[in-house]
Amino acid sequence: MRFRRALVLVGLGLLVSCPLLADGWSLSGSLAAEVRWFANSPVLDGQLETVQGSGLFAPELRWRSEDRRHQITLSPFVRWDAEDDERTHFDLREGYYRYVGDEWELLFGVDRVFWGVTESRHLVDIVNQTDLVEDLDDEDKLGQPMVKVGWDRGFGRIELLALLGFRERTFPGPAGRLRPPLVVDRDRTVYESAAGEERLDLALRWSHYLGDWDLGAHAFHGTSREPRLVPAASRADPGVELVPYYDVINQVGVDLQFTRGAWLWKAEALVREGYDDTFGAVVAGFERTLYQIGGSSADLGLLLELHYDGREETEPPTIYDRDLFFGGRLALNDSQDTSILAGALVDRGDGSTVLLLEATRRLGQQFTLEFEGRSFLDVAPAGDLAALEDDDLLVLRLSWNF
Amino acid sequence: MRKTSFVLRSLCLSLILLLTGLESVAAETPEEKGYAIAARSDRSDRGFTSSSVGMTMVLRNKAGKEARRTLSLRTLENPDESVGDKSLIVFDDPADIEGTALLSHARILEADDQWLYLPALKRVKRISSVNKSGPFVGSEFAFEDFTALELEKFTYRWVREEACGEFVCDVVERTPRYEHSGYTRQLSWVDQSVFQVRQVEFYDRKGSLLKTLTLDEYRQYDGGYWRAHRLAMVNHVSGKSTDLLYDTFEFGTDLSESDFVKSALERAR
Repeated sequence: MRFRRALVLVGLGLLVSCPLLADGWSLSGSLAAEVRWFANSPVLDGQLETVQGSGLFAPELRWRSEDRRHQITLSPFVRWDAEDDERTHFDLREGYYRYVGDEWELLFGVDRVFWGVTESRHLVDIVNQTDLVEDLDDEDKLGQPMVKVGWDRGFGRIELLALLGFRERTFPGPAGRLRPPLVVDRDRTVYESAAGEERLDLALRWSHYLGDWDLGAHAFHGTSREPRLVPAASRADPGVELVPYYDVINQVGVDLQFTRGAWLWKAEALVREGYDDTFGAVVAGFERTLYQIGGSSADLGLLLELHYDGREETEPPTIYDRDLFFGGRLALNDSQDTSILAGALVDRGDGSTVLLLEATRRLGQQFTLEFEGRSFLDVAPAGDLAALEDDDLLVLRLSWNF
Repeated sequence: MRKTSFVLRSLCLSLILLLTGLESVAAETPEEKGYAIAARSDRSDRGFTSSSVGMTMVLRNKAGKEARRTLSLRTLENPDESVGDKSLIVFDDPADIEGTALLSHARILEADDQWLYLPALKRVKRISSVNKSGPFVGSEFAFEDFTALELEKFTYRWVREEACGEFVCDVVERTPRYEHSGYTRQLSWVDQSVFQVRQVEFYDRKGSLLKTLTLDEYRQYDGGYWRAHRLAMVNHVSGKSTDLLYDTFEFGTDLSESDFVKSALERAR
């Protein structure tokens, strides 16, 4: 498997170079304990009750040469979950060698790449697969093996990515909450491409900033990161389960931000073909910051974003079809970096709503305490959120950072 | 090339000094005198091309409880005084913000262009910088307090001459020209021996004294540049204070424009 080969190469490279590189190493990372509390008992057979404990370890080992031209990063990730075997997993988030030239760079290995500007949906962020067992918010990503070349020129930055092999999306197991009514069986994954998970995918991105504008455009040709979930007869017991089916897609998209005064205006849009019909999707909105509110040190950011997604129901499901997100981000600007984000994502079609709250604060110098809450309100019985209706939850996470 | 420009700069500087000397003979308004003092102070530090320095920030609350941050600051000087310098701040500690980086392309009378890098998401965000007067990472320093020291960001007025520690200082009032500045005015004490700023008082939008900054442990580097290595800011309203303790500066590093572009944020640490 290509992914493993890339790993072995990076590992060997590190081993060979280690003795030569006595200086320039640094180690950081975090070790965390987490508890999820679900407000309601499960409605599906086999699901965990109301408490889900887990732990995670995410160290990051880095080396760079004195002139900063050569860089190596090794960043594994381990989650151990007391209830859901599928959520207990290991991933190499990053493991790469990078050469930084005068106006270009070359990266080889496993990396994470973020594209985009909006807050409530990461529409154009297509390079890395979502690590869905971590969270629903599409912000946890699996490491992607790649060769990346970037050039910084007067007309902006060009990045060419050869994506060496495919990472499958993770899904909660039978015991997990926050999952579709049927279990996703990743052992039966089907690919449109005959090369399956060995397929080489390609991505090209241009990005630039001009005065108040930050602009980006991309093209992607390869296996869709989002699978269709196709019902099929269970292999083990009588019943039905879901089989992930990954199409080959072509996608072009743009992301842009206009920054003026306390206002950030943002938009992302894409067109994708490869499922049944070609479709477009857009997210656009603003963030306005109110500084030092009430004479305090705190800043309050007000967020509003509108979603549209034109895909058909037979295509990979999304909850952002015709939605509206609004929220506020409060940063206390204190010595403990306390911040709170609260918001609501409302389906403009059927009124189904997700309420979310995220708060974080540093304790002392090395600990952080995070609190998250999600509630699903007025869920339409046949809507995108139907499966999550009884999965209101609170998450508490204590991390030791080193 | 660099040597020539240094010689030229030195010549220019001598000329300016000579002219300011001559000028003071003629009748000089307080505004002209204030500007001349500020210009002499500012220009004595120019020509460094680029610099790199590590620092520790010690935040103290009213009860004296301390929190620390360590960070590095890289600066690329813009020889044109009508355009600001480029700077890159990378946080090292506390560990949860390790690798967080802030890139600024300073402008003189407008908001700077700023990008923030969040390592957890590997995301670069263009951020609004219109407000430079809020607390920088929870400290008593506002962003404008340690980056906005460009000459053309203020208008000046000489107030008086008085003793300041071991020196004799000119007290110069400076008024921010940036409309969103958090201050109505600042009083700066510039010594008459090596022309460095020794103290600054910051007056808030209501005109009352908000903070006092004391700069000491000055050292002169090769090339003649002076740098303070201890900046102590006291907030008179909140009772909190922040010390900024600089390590040794490196000048004329191999930093170039490509270290101050958006995509450099990710590989900055």
